[in-house]
Amino acid sequence: MSIRVGESAEAATFPKAAKKLLANTQLRRNVRRATDTIRNKRAKVVGEMPDWEQLRTAAQQIKQRTLRNLDSYLEQFEKACTAAGGKVHWARDADEANKIVVDIIRGHGQKEVIKVKTMTSDETRLNKALEAAGIAPYETDLADLIIQLGNDKPSHIVVPALHRNKSEIRQIFMDTMGLTELGHKPEDLAAAARDYLRERFLRVKVGFSGANFAIAETGSVCVVESEGNGRMCITLPDVLITMFGIEKIIPTFDDLEVFLQLLPRSATGERMNPYNSIWTGVTPGDGPKEFHVVLLDNGRTRVLADEESRETLHCIRCAACLNACPVYRQTGGHAYGSIYSGPIGAILTPQLQGMEHSTSLPYASSLCGACYEVCPVKINIPEILIHLRRKIVESGGAPMTERMGMAVAGFTLEDSGRLGAAQKLVQLGRQPLDALGLPGWSVARDLPAIPTESFREWWKNRGAR
Amino acid sequence: MHLLDTLGVDVETRRSSPVLISLFITCYNDTLFPGTGRAVVRVLERLGHTVEFRESQTCCGQMHYNTGYHPEAVRIMRKFLQDFRGAEVICVPSASCVAMIRDHYPKMAAEAGMEREVADILPLVFEFTELLTDKLGVTDVGATYPHSVTLHTSCHALRSLHAGDRPQRLLQEVRGLDYLQLPASDQCCGFGGTFAIKNAEVSTAMLSEKMRSILETGAEVCTGADNSCLMHIGGGLSRQRATARCVHIAEILASEEGHE
Repeated sequence: MSIRVGESAEAATFPKAAKKLLANTQLRRNVRRATDTIRNKRAKVVGEMPDWEQLRTAAQQIKQRTLRNLDSYLEQFEKACTAAGGKVHWARDADEANKIVVDIIRGHGQKEVIKVKTMTSDETRLNKALEAAGIAPYETDLADLIIQLGNDKPSHIVVPALHRNKSEIRQIFMDTMGLTELGHKPEDLAAAARDYLRERFLRVKVGFSGANFAIAETGSVCVVESEGNGRMCITLPDVLITMFGIEKIIPTFDDLEVFLQLLPRSATGERMNPYNSIWTGVTPGDGPKEFHVVLLDNGRTRVLADEESRETLHCIRCAACLNACPVYRQTGGHAYGSIYSGPIGAILTPQLQGMEHSTSLPYASSLCGACYEVCPVKINIPEILIHLRRKIVESGGAPMTERMGMAVAGFTLEDSGRLGAAQKLVQLGRQPLDALGLPGWSVARDLPAIPTESFREWWKNRGAR
Repeated sequence: MHLLDTLGVDVETRRSSPVLISLFITCYNDTLFPGTGRAVVRVLERLGHTVEFRESQTCCGQMHYNTGYHPEAVRIMRKFLQDFRGAEVICVPSASCVAMIRDHYPKMAAEAGMEREVADILPLVFEFTELLTDKLGVTDVGATYPHSVTLHTSCHALRSLHAGDRPQRLLQEVRGLDYLQLPASDQCCGFGGTFAIKNAEVSTAMLSEKMRSILETGAEVCTGADNSCLMHIGGGLSRQRATARCVHIAEILASEEGHE
């Protein structure tokens, strides 16, 4: 099996990557500004929904039901999609998925593909596989285009180029689009991107997309977006390939009603997405003549098998948890070494990879709970982070110093006599502690003055005073 | 909303008759912040209640649980349940330890077969400020503290205990105290237990934002219901030689004219 999440297996640990990013003050300012803006917009439009909590609960329950019966919903989807003229492919892992896509494009003798709204293709490293097969992938979502042209990596689930400001984007366009002049206003940048993309939309014969939802009942696929570039991608080419993780299934068309209220408000702070595309199979004379669906597992059934943390698969990729996260706010998404960043990335990436890699991610959280508070499908991320830490400890993956420290602390705290003795030791160690500090802690913080008497000693002596 | 609030019962008339309060000091307050424990005792006794301290007590198990060491956490929980068996009311001057007990003990108990013991003890456990406002029905505890004070509501107090305006109501009754609202008060300070060590760099970046908010208020003192956050914030302020310090809310509420 070649289950992987992009290059995350080879990525630096979170603390290492974070340290480097913290030095990039421009990036941090960009991230802070962008997340503040989205967070405030979200709070406003969520606040005007009297039934927000009921919607969250409904979404949670729909997802729970779907995951309990995922096998039959997937087959139902396959049947309905096939009946509507689509072709469904099943991919166990990244390599299988990439091979399916490459074979379809090659089968049509094509050398180019336009892509939109697909994180799973980052997961499988599809672009690399395409390029190796002599096929040129063009990202058409504006942010993804910025990332591709800048030879950069996405740093956010919904706004992948959020770590870039407009003057950086202008420079990337100038350098890569062969422009001799370009204005400084956002409209100028959008116009340049439009010219660049239109030509490709009209020329390229194969389109590739992800999906926000796939409806088992009807075999329909739903993509929501803000730019209309997705609409171009899924309607103009002759052949369309749509790949998504198997957890994107929802049972019925009616269920969309819940998610299409939750997603835009949570993701971009909009009441509705500007473009909501829903299509079913192939419609003769309208849109692509051939439609393929690639259902991707790539570790998802592994996540599903763990009852304690399977709700990770509820995620609808709104990124509200990223915008609310005080850790993400400092580092941006690159520190997480995966297309999936922020709190959801910290639980999703290691689980997809079977807890063999990215084991620093479950510790990349202060467990403040802001993510759980905003999650539209009520994923208890802090609880799952703790669960994953437990798995790491149980499999012997925690550092030796920590294991010893915790064992000693555990032994001490199981008896008040031992705790009293340990307190004496701390008091005796006052001077060396003061002089040397505590590793990690003392980089930026003084230690408190260590008291000469613990509370229990004071209580004991109280009567005598 | 608390039941008594919905009934519109006046604060003075709902003031509780004397209660025997068992203090769960918590391991780090016991070791590093005994002054907070002494302050809790002083406030409760001043209000006419009796405080007991069960000397066999140690810890709630939060550090082990949150870091993934569950067998140790379960053993510590078992001990906590034994130590406080038969208590009338348990007062905890640490919001995060109360959150540990309320949020995680039920699940741990299910694994350890101790559901009954946990269900019995949960309604008796109060964070210190909760105890004052909800159980004892007071907001004016007779304190005087002539300083400007801002309030850091810890994430556990905010999102797990739903502290609301309880600490603020207590502070606003303190004579001489100038209460200053902290901007971005729902933002984590970056402590997070072992996070502060394992991810010291990011923790520090978060702290730097929190300190800026605190200093912006111009307050002399930053208070809160968690000495863990306050140790982190106070350690940062001290390192910067800033002109603000951290003081646990119990110590403010214990202060009287000429005696801080």
